[in-house]
Amino acid sequence: MFIANILKNYLTTFGTYVLLMGRSFARPDRFRMFGKRYIKEMAQLGVDSIGIVLLISFFIGAVICIQMKVNIESPWMPHWTAGYTTREIMLLEFSSSIMCLILAGKVGSNIASELGTMRVTQQIDALDIMGVNSANYLILPKILGLVTIMPFLVIFSSTMGIIGAYATSYIGHLMSPDDLTAGMHHSFNEWFVYMSIIKSLFFAFIIASVSSFYGYTVEGGSVEVGEASTKSVVSSSVLILFSDVFLTQLLS
Amino acid sequence: MIEVKNLTKNFDDKAVLCCINATFETGRTNLIIGQSGSGKTVLMKNLVGLLEPTSGEVLYDGRDFVKMTKREKVAMRREMGMIFQSGALFDSLSVLENVEYPLDMFSSMNYRDRVKRARECLARVNLLDAEKKFPGEISGGMQKRVAIARAIVLNPKYLFCDEPNSGLDPKTSLVIDKLLSDITKEYNITTIINTHDMNSVMEIGENILFIYKGRKEWQGNKDEVMDATNQKLNDLVFASDLFKKVKEAEQEDAAANGRA
Repeated sequence: MFIANILKNYLTTFGTYVLLMGRSFARPDRFRMFGKRYIKEMAQLGVDSIGIVLLISFFIGAVICIQMKVNIESPWMPHWTAGYTTREIMLLEFSSSIMCLILAGKVGSNIASELGTMRVTQQIDALDIMGVNSANYLILPKILGLVTIMPFLVIFSSTMGIIGAYATSYIGHLMSPDDLTAGMHHSFNEWFVYMSIIKSLFFAFIIASVSSFYGYTVEGGSVEVGEASTKSVVSSSVLILFSDVFLTQLLS
Repeated sequence: MIEVKNLTKNFDDKAVLCCINATFETGRTNLIIGQSGSGKTVLMKNLVGLLEPTSGEVLYDGRDFVKMTKREKVAMRREMGMIFQSGALFDSLSVLENVEYPLDMFSSMNYRDRVKRARECLARVNLLDAEKKFPGEISGGMQKRVAIARAIVLNPKYLFCDEPNSGLDPKTSLVIDKLLSDITKEYNITTIINTHDMNSVMEIGENILFIYKGRKEWQGNKDEVMDATNQKLNDLVFASDLFKKVKEAEQEDAAANGRA
């Protein structure tokens, strides 16, 4: 009985999510208004996240490089191992999956709390009364905006991680820049860049749609908005981790 | 004119509204009154389509809103304006942009005409000097006035107000009441106001519907309220000392006139 109830709750939530997405992916009432919001969301969700993405990527790139150099390299290992592993980790997992987990916290809570506040202050009801498809007007630009900007964030993240790795070489003098460059060039497969971008597109959709769902369907007051914000981050993160396994298997 | 016929609304098995029959006339301020939790807001949400009635009809000039298709409802909603209890202004837009929003969304006006029309509406509610401010920067009373301007910008045929005076001081409440009453006459619209403010009832109550525990208990106008014999209505109206004293004074006057 207990399991049946849990299953029923999950299915109900999933059904509500699918219906909301159905309403969101409709033809916008006014393309001019949609365009305005689309650009605004790209700026708010994506461009405003560039700073944190660059900062985290720089330091993680540097730390990964140091750890690889200190803990993995030995006289029995090739001199380019640290550079090679840093590149692979940054490109394959950090810039797409881990960066999206971080963005699920920043962007996801932002979306859920914005929509949740709009719901409890009746701003969404006001849109509905006017005859506006509120789900389409509010959610679709967020999803498309984040999906559009995410590949750029992934590329910036990878690049900054590699710059971080070079910083350990030039500033920390942990290894020679030539060794690092040799590792960066070793067995480079450009498909990994595309794979990282493809994965990030799925993750961007998960972050924007799941957070929008929790924010849009809030009932109550400020406490419930806070709960929705937390739920959106947790659910987005779990879904990103699950889908990462499948996408990695599928794309590798 | 809006007619409600046998409107019932249940949440799960609990009946929140039961067999409501009422007529709200055009060009008059129609008030729905009742205690908190009596079903006023649920009734209004059923009227505007934010909730689906369990049974019954909501007729807008003879057109049944409940039976309309989704597309017809969207078209119908463009004839409605609504003022929410909280104002429900869009936080990210300035006062002028809030008022301009429905025009931007639904009219084919160019930018200059849209701004001109939005400014006309802001002038109507005496808020032209606040057009550049954001909702968070203005008082509750001003927010309500902006909400009124936004609600009338598309020249609606039906205006709904959910407790427009809540959280406002008596003087500002009077300003809002007067504004709503004047706009109703000026644009000849059907205005329905949810309230439990007895000052509003006495000020603008041309057609009053009293709801008690989800049922229609009484219908009349402001002149009939004081002499109504419905005990539940009297409990609400004379809960305030002020109205008790007014009633006593009226009775004393009548007695004195009788003796004379």
